[in-house]
Amino acid sequence: MSDFSQALWVLLLGSLLGLELIGKVPPTLHTPLMSGANAISGITVLASLTLLARADGNPALLLLGAVSLGFALFNVVGGFLVTDRMLAMFRRPGSKPAARQGGR
Amino acid sequence: MEATLMDTISGLLPYAVDLVAVLLLALGIKGLAKVRSARSANGLAALALGLAVLGLLIELQPPLLAWLGIAVGAAAGGLAGLLTARRVPMTAMPQTVALFNGSGGMASLLVGLGVALYGGTAGAAGAEALGGEVLVGTALVERLSIAISVFVGAITVTGSLVAMAKLQGWIDTPAWTQSRSRHGVNIALAVAALVGVGALLGDPGGSPLWLLLVASSLLGVGVTLPIGGADMPVVISLLNSYSGVAAAAAGFVVGSQLLIVAGAMVGAAGLILTQVMCTAMNRSLLNVLFGGALGAGAGGKVGGGGDEAGYTRITSCSPEECALALECAERVVFVPGYGLAVAQAQHALSELAKLLQANGTEVSYAIHPVAGRMPGHMNVLLAEADVPYEQLVEMDTINPEFPRTDVVIVLGANDVVNPDAKTDSSSPLYGMPVLEVDQARQVFVVKRSLGAGYAGIRNALFELPQTAMLFGDAKAVLNGLLSELRELGVGRVKAA
Repeated sequence: MSDFSQALWVLLLGSLLGLELIGKVPPTLHTPLMSGANAISGITVLASLTLLARADGNPALLLLGAVSLGFALFNVVGGFLVTDRMLAMFRRPGSKPAARQGGR
Repeated sequence: MEATLMDTISGLLPYAVDLVAVLLLALGIKGLAKVRSARSANGLAALALGLAVLGLLIELQPPLLAWLGIAVGAAAGGLAGLLTARRVPMTAMPQTVALFNGSGGMASLLVGLGVALYGGTAGAAGAEALGGEVLVGTALVERLSIAISVFVGAITVTGSLVAMAKLQGWIDTPAWTQSRSRHGVNIALAVAALVGVGALLGDPGGSPLWLLLVASSLLGVGVTLPIGGADMPVVISLLNSYSGVAAAAAGFVVGSQLLIVAGAMVGAAGLILTQVMCTAMNRSLLNVLFGGALGAGAGGKVGGGGDEAGYTRITSCSPEECALALECAERVVFVPGYGLAVAQAQHALSELAKLLQANGTEVSYAIHPVAGRMPGHMNVLLAEADVPYEQLVEMDTINPEFPRTDVVIVLGANDVVNPDAKTDSSSPLYGMPVLEVDQARQVFVVKRSLGAGYAGIRNALFELPQTAMLFGDAKAVLNGLLSELRELGVGRVKAA
């Protein structure tokens, strides 16, 4: 039972941390932030891996685990890449003069 | 002695990796909320996920057969993700996020189902057979976490798919979904799902599981379908938060503290982001979820989907007239909307802006917080067309400037420039902050037809005396303007 209460503490503290992490977000970043947070929620890939590793030769579990891993990785890989693609397009107000100075 | 020390260290290694991963994830989410650090924060979060996977693989030491499953699943999912991320156009970003989100929910759902069907049917004994060191010992807790991961996972999957189909234009908001009886249906579904959860706790046999799966899948559809397309971003953000919750539940199922903490973090952060977005759109979360589609009711000023909405005092004009007005304007503001992006006209617009600047005109772009399909979407689209960041002006900054503006050109935007939102309390838009373009001396609206906007609401701006309509595809109209201006010698005069 102590394991369980420990897990509940982890849940509680993780939630509180999440509530505090983002306060004011400029509207420009809403879409990328949503996309990035979405990629992170693909961390359920850990559950898929655990299922696979502990399948113990059960073919149904192996299959479910592999399919689940595929879905999770689709979320993770696609999510991070697409977020990066969006963020790469933002040129910082300060970065342009700096680039010009570099060119001189 | 040395060997035991090494054993201790290698035994602690997974914990250390987990701790570093949690730290990096937290820093990543925090950094993503700031313009300067966003891109590196995204990389940091990706690194954290990679570390977590590595740590888990070291800890679990999967047998050979499992590696086969890992290889197949990873190759298929990773490749599909890579291709999707590369190929998808920027205009389709919101539905892409919805698709990814549904996929993550599906993963959590499958894990819950797998343990319920093949690993956890015998309760604690099954859990022991599956893991040996399952974190959560009691059968009750294990069954509860399975139930939650199936419940939340299924809602996330079907809800995300409906949201994606709506944004992609595959499905509309059917009129029958607006009747009040939908709440009854949804409550019935929710009760059925809860009954399934309860039965699952007592008897982890097959039928309660399927009841739970079907009821929560239908609930996901039932809750999302009545919500109008304009509110979809909020829904996606909320579903994103759910998929975090589903991941945390899956963490309880397989006994991974890292998964619990990361899922909880994303779930909570997603909730805050949803709230922030609601504030930006001047909507309350409860209203979005249960208020029905914006403008889809039988209100007096609501126009139909594609008809002419009964406009009477419309002035239309040619690109030539508009070009003449632009030539002598000192201050021009563009108001880009989603229609511009659909017509792929960002590049033509940026060219026009450069030509006008060469003519000595002061040019800026007015960005409404929800321009495009999602907050921040338009900034991404214009950045793609090389529009300098400094020329994108946010609503609160540019609104006081409109009375000093000679020409405003509205391109594929509609509801965000509707003056009714300020003056007409019977309008469904009433209270939403809008760009006050009606204050400018002259307004040109580029639009394909007089059909109602995305939210299906009539726009009083079109009938104002200073407004003229330029009918046509945004790209064709902009190219027409460009050639008219070149004929007038704009830009060239200054250069000579």
